[in-house]
Amino acid sequence: MSTATTPKLKTSAMIASFADPGQKTASAPFGHALVKAAQENGKIVGLTADLGKYTDMHIFAQAFPERFFQMGMAEQLLFGAAAGLAETGLIPFASTYSVFAARRAYDFLCLDAAEPNLNVNIVGGLPGLTTGYGPSHQATEDMAIFRGMPNLTIVDPCDSLDIEQAVPQLAASEGPTYLRLLRGNVPTVLDEYDYTFELGKAKVLRGGNDVVFISSGLMTMRALQAAEALAAHHVDVAVVHAPTIKPFDAATVLAELNTDRLAVTLENHSVVGGLFETVAAAVVTAGLGKRVVPVALPDEFLDAGALPTLHDRYGLSVQRIVAKVLAELG
Amino acid sequence: MVLTQEKATGGNASDVGAERLERVTRAAFRIRHHALNMGEVQGQGYVGQALGAADMLAVVYADQLRFRAEDPHWEERDRFLLSTGHYAIGHYAALAEAGIIPVTELETYGSDNSRLPMSGMSTYTPGMEISGGSLGHGLSIAVGSALGLRYQGSDARVYNFLSDGELDEGSTWEAAMGAHHHQLGNLTAMVDINALQADGKTDTVLRTEPVTEKWEAFGWFTQRVDGNDAGALLAAFDKAAAQAAGVGRPSVILCDTKVGRGVPLLEDREKAHFMRIEEHEWQLCREQLTAGFEGKAAR
Repeated sequence: MSTATTPKLKTSAMIASFADPGQKTASAPFGHALVKAAQENGKIVGLTADLGKYTDMHIFAQAFPERFFQMGMAEQLLFGAAAGLAETGLIPFASTYSVFAARRAYDFLCLDAAEPNLNVNIVGGLPGLTTGYGPSHQATEDMAIFRGMPNLTIVDPCDSLDIEQAVPQLAASEGPTYLRLLRGNVPTVLDEYDYTFELGKAKVLRGGNDVVFISSGLMTMRALQAAEALAAHHVDVAVVHAPTIKPFDAATVLAELNTDRLAVTLENHSVVGGLFETVAAAVVTAGLGKRVVPVALPDEFLDAGALPTLHDRYGLSVQRIVAKVLAELG
Repeated sequence: MVLTQEKATGGNASDVGAERLERVTRAAFRIRHHALNMGEVQGQGYVGQALGAADMLAVVYADQLRFRAEDPHWEERDRFLLSTGHYAIGHYAALAEAGIIPVTELETYGSDNSRLPMSGMSTYTPGMEISGGSLGHGLSIAVGSALGLRYQGSDARVYNFLSDGELDEGSTWEAAMGAHHHQLGNLTAMVDINALQADGKTDTVLRTEPVTEKWEAFGWFTQRVDGNDAGALLAAFDKAAAQAAGVGRPSVILCDTKVGRGVPLLEDREKAHFMRIEEHEWQLCREQLTAGFEGKAAR
């Protein structure tokens, strides 16, 4: 029988936040950024497939009810219709979970939006491992799926600042885009660095002599935290944030990689087909004989459970990153 | 040549008018003739479908659609979305008939560097609004186009041409629900029911009947007509227009057609998705088509 000493079990809440306790956050940065962009650009419209409240699209729907179109739980219709709206000159942002966008609606995005290079902006919630619901909701291979789609721009933002600055740039860019949405209370991290989001650009957030981290998405937050922790071990770590996965800023990344420092990629995505392989392809194409160590999710269907448990289990936690780097350095 | 076609007005459904009927009938004949010529270049192709759908395409391009031949991207144009990419042969013939592409270009159909690929794509051809071919996409795109045009205050209409085979695709029904939910009265779907799919007759591949009841159940203003009867088609479009409103029921016109229509040699041939026609048969096909048309015209 359980007793009062039994620890409370961690649960896999749907609205899981990966923010650390006490961390500075912003509420629904995507929704607010879309409202702001729409105030300045009358062509912007919003759609969702019965996930408005869960992708922060409800903020836009409340602000612009006449510019919001509910498509129901019908992702093929969602993205086909987004293409039709774009064909009439509008700039749609269409939201659902990343699993449904990438797996279920791929053909519609590919042929209706990407082939005619229409300004359709895909907003995918729960990218990578940001829910404990298991493989039905965990889009651990979304970038691998989408990287093969010609014309598609892929953005993996780190925090609320990235999202706020990315949204108007996605609206202004030609052709289709995919935003790996961070929703709800999203950490604000990059405001402490000399940084602005530029579509298509990687940025060096901090320098370091021993190790260079190349990271995207929420793993840039972890990379910065790991860099701080490694300083205590007298390991000096540089962090390069590469939020645009495609087209990839190989010039900036390769300039940082082409040194004697230990090179590590960090991503909230399968080790197959995401940031690591993007970097690896750039390294090989440039003829660099450089070893790169991936911090990424394994090529497996992941467990259900509580997010902190799973991030630790699969190597995305700060503690696991630090341990891996120290092991690599011997 | 009529370069700008204004929107047809809804008339008396029982009398579509001799002039309109004559215009559409002649257009359908020329579309069929063009399709045979294009098919001959390749020695094969989706000629059977083009012949079957020629009357539907003729009604659209010779009577219904608002467009400017010299400006295919004219903002106020009605949109015609070809969902069935392989029907492009018929659509190119209709675009030539409408003056949007030159008739002389039709002979490049399916050839290297042609603007007229075997499966229609918006990026290749003036007047081709979408890249169809992956079936079941057109109606979803049409929902977005109709929403977007209405939101922007346009009175342009959206027509989506789809086939009965596409009724197999779940996405078609997602879009059918979406169009009704959003009350897209500016949207008309035309379904070519030729009862034939890639693997055989529709009722042996995947039964889609009862088709009429399905569309009615989805909330559409539904009519079913002989899709090879230009008069019946015109009357159906008039009836759809008479009940149409910017915010209201979308319309569907279910068109029963015959693969190879207008060429007895092909009408009687065993039906195939990709019809093979021998080299010596093309001229015979054209002669049969012309004889049938002149016979009809003489009546």
